[in-house]
Amino acid sequence: MRSNYIMFIIILVILAIAATVVLPVDKGLLLGRPIKLGLDLKGGVHLVYQADLSGIPEADRAGALDADIAAIRSRVDVFGVTEPLIQQQGEDRVLVELPGISDVDKAKAVIGQTAILEFGELATDPNDPAIKWRNELGNWKPATGTVNGQEKALTSAYFKQNTYVGADNLGRIILHFEWDSEGAQLSSQITQRLIGKPLGIFSGDHALLGDDGKPIAPTVQAQITDQGIIEGLSQTEATQLSKLLNAGRISVPLNLIYEQTVSPVVGADFVGMAVKAGIIGIILVMLFMIIYYRLPGLLASIALVIYAVVVLAIFKLIPVTLSLAGIGGFILSLGMAVDANVLIFERMKEELFMGRTLGAAIEAGFKRAWSAIFDSNVTTVIACIVLILLASNIVASGPVMGFAVTLLIGVLVSMFSAIVVTRTFLRLFIGSRISRQVALFTMYTGGK
Amino acid sequence: MNIMGKRNWFFIISGIIALACIISLATTGLKTGIEFSSGSILNITFNNPVDKSALRQELDKAGYKGALIQTAGNESRDFIIRLPALDDAAKIALVNDLQASLGDFKENEFDKISAMIASETSRNAAIAVVIAVVAMLLYIAWAFRRMPSPFHFGVCAIAGLVFDTLLALGIFSILGGILGWEINLMFITGVLAVIGYSINNTVIVFDRIRENVSRGISADFAVVVNRSIVETLGRSFNTSLTTLFTLFALLLFVGASIQNFVVVLIIGVLAGIFSSTCISPGLLVTWQKRELSKKVRAGAEAARVRS
Repeated sequence: MRSNYIMFIIILVILAIAATVVLPVDKGLLLGRPIKLGLDLKGGVHLVYQADLSGIPEADRAGALDADIAAIRSRVDVFGVTEPLIQQQGEDRVLVELPGISDVDKAKAVIGQTAILEFGELATDPNDPAIKWRNELGNWKPATGTVNGQEKALTSAYFKQNTYVGADNLGRIILHFEWDSEGAQLSSQITQRLIGKPLGIFSGDHALLGDDGKPIAPTVQAQITDQGIIEGLSQTEATQLSKLLNAGRISVPLNLIYEQTVSPVVGADFVGMAVKAGIIGIILVMLFMIIYYRLPGLLASIALVIYAVVVLAIFKLIPVTLSLAGIGGFILSLGMAVDANVLIFERMKEELFMGRTLGAAIEAGFKRAWSAIFDSNVTTVIACIVLILLASNIVASGPVMGFAVTLLIGVLVSMFSAIVVTRTFLRLFIGSRISRQVALFTMYTGGK
Repeated sequence: MNIMGKRNWFFIISGIIALACIISLATTGLKTGIEFSSGSILNITFNNPVDKSALRQELDKAGYKGALIQTAGNESRDFIIRLPALDDAAKIALVNDLQASLGDFKENEFDKISAMIASETSRNAAIAVVIAVVAMLLYIAWAFRRMPSPFHFGVCAIAGLVFDTLLALGIFSILGGILGWEINLMFITGVLAVIGYSINNTVIVFDRIRENVSRGISADFAVVVNRSIVETLGRSFNTSLTTLFTLFALLLFVGASIQNFVVVLIIGVLAGIFSSTCISPGLLVTWQKRELSKKVRAGAEAARVRS
C-alpha cells in the first residue's frame, strides 16, 4: 500500500499546482493571467466578412486578402482596442473580433469601407437615381470623372498614404492629403467642372461633420490636381481620420455576413449568473453523493472539487476561451463527472453484499466498472470530436466549439478524478477501524 | 422486476410517443432561429417602460411588419426583436427611429446572420449529426465485437438515441407552436450532447449484458438482459439525477440565453432513462430471439429434409 501513499501525495501536489494556477480567478498566482472569456461574456463584436474575389484572377487569389487584413488591422488600431483578432478564415473570409468596444457602429463603418471618404457634388434633379446622400445642403451624388475611358467616383482610395494634420495661420486644423496619379486626373476634371460650387465630403452614409456639427462641403476655388486640404475638423477627429486614411485601402470588397455584438454589461451579468449556477449545481451533486453513498460519496465529492480545480487550471493553461455555452458545458460536466463514481460505488455495494471485505470490494468495484466507464466515455469523446470538427466549419460556431472543448476536457479529467483520485482516497481506509463500519459505506446495511 | 417481459408494452408506448412527435414535427414543424434562416436579432433594454404594442407600431412604421417581438426579463423594458438581416445603415436608422419615438434604450446584443451563413450552418449541423451517429454505431459494434451479432448492439443503441432525439425535436416543435421557441445553435449543441449522453447510458446497460452473458447467468437471453437492466438501474437513476441537478441550476440561474441547450438536455436525460432501460435492450432481446428462432427453424427444416 506504499504506492497508494505516493499516489496520494501526487494527487495533493497536482491539486496544489492546479489551485495556484486557478486562484485567484481574475489573475492566477502562478501564471498571472485570468481565465479567458469569450466575446459573449466580456462584450464586444464578432464580425465575419465575405470577400468578393470575382474581380481577381484565379491565380492571384491566394494572397489577395493580405492587403485588406493589413488595412483592417491598422484601422482597428486607431480605435485602441485591446487584443483584437483579425484573421483570414478559409479562402475568402475575414474574421474580426473586437473585445470590449462600445461604439460598435462606428467601428463597423470604418472596418469594411473600401474608401474612408467619398466626394460628392450637388444633384440638380431631386429624382436623379445617382443620388447617394441627402442632407440640409441638398441632394448629393458621387463626383465622378473619367480615367482610361472608365467613369470613376472620386474617393480617398486615391489618396497617397501620407496624410497629416497641421494648422493654418489662424490656428485652424487642416488635414493635408495628396492624390495619386489616377486621383489627380479625376480631381482635376471634377474641380474644373465644380469651380464656384460646393464639393461634399462623405464618410459612409453621412456627410463628414465639422467641429461645428455642420457638414463639410467647401466651395471649389480653383482646379485641384495633386494635393488638397480638408478644413473644419476638430483636432481629435482630424488625427483619427488621418490615421485611418493612412491605414491603407481595402482593395478586395468585403461584405459583412455575420455579426454578433454583445454589450459588456450583459456579458458581466452572465458570468455572475453562471458562477452562481455552478456553485449551486456542485453543492446539490455533493449533497446527493454524500447522503446516498456516505463515506465514498464524501470522497467522491472531494474528488469532484479536485476535478473542478484541475479543469479550470487546464482552461487557463491551454488557454481555452470560455463562452457562455462553454461554461454551461463545464457546469453540466460537474453532474456527469460523478458518473464513474456512481458506477464504481454501485459495483462496490454489490460486492459488499456478496460478503467481500471492504478492500476486496473496492478493488473489484473499480476493476469491474472500468469497461463500462471506458466504453461510455469513448462515446462522449466521439460526440465532442464531431462537434469540434463541425464547429471549425461553421462561422457562427462559438457556442458549439466552446461546449465541445470544455466537455472533452471534462470527460478526460473526470476519468482521472473519479477513478484515480477516489480509489486512492478509498484505499487509505482499507484495514482501518473505519472500514468495519459498513453503515459508512451504504445506506442499505442489510442488518450487518 | 421483469422489465423485459413487458417489452412489447414499452414498444407500443414508445411507438405512440414517437408517432406523436413525428405528427407534431410534420404539422407544426420547428421554428428556426436566425442561425438557420438568416436575419437579425436586436436585444434592447429601454430606460423607461414601453408598451409592446407601441414598439410594434413603430416597427410597422419603419417597414418591418413581420418583425417578431419577444419580451424578456422585465416585461415592459426588455425586448428581443427578430428582424430580416439588416445592413449597417438600416440598423442604425432603425435604432435612431426607435430611440426618437420610444425613448432611449441600451443595446444588449445585436446578431446578424446572412443567408449564406445560415444555409452553411444547417448543412454542417446535419452532417455533424449523421457523422456522430455513424461513428457511434461503428464504435459500439467494435466494443461488443465478442458478442454474437455485435452489429445488433450498435443498431439497438442507435434506436434508443433516435427516440431520445425525436422526443426532444417533438417537444420543441410543440414549444415552438405554443411559446414561439426557436431552434438555434445552442439547440443543436444540446442535441449532439444528448446523442453522446444517451449512447453513454445504453452502453452501460450493454456492458453489463456483455459481462453477464460471458458469466453464463442464464440460457435465456431475456433473463440475462433483464438482470443486467435491474443491476444497472441504480446507476442510471443516480447519474441522471446528478446531471439533472446541474441542468436545473443552469436553467434557474442562467436562464434565457442557454435555455434551449438546457431544456434539450433535460428532455434527453429523462428520455435516456427510459430508452436505455426499456427500448434499446428490449429491441436487442426481440431481435436476438427472432434470429435464434430463425436458426432453430432452419435447423428443424434441415433435420426434416435429412429424414
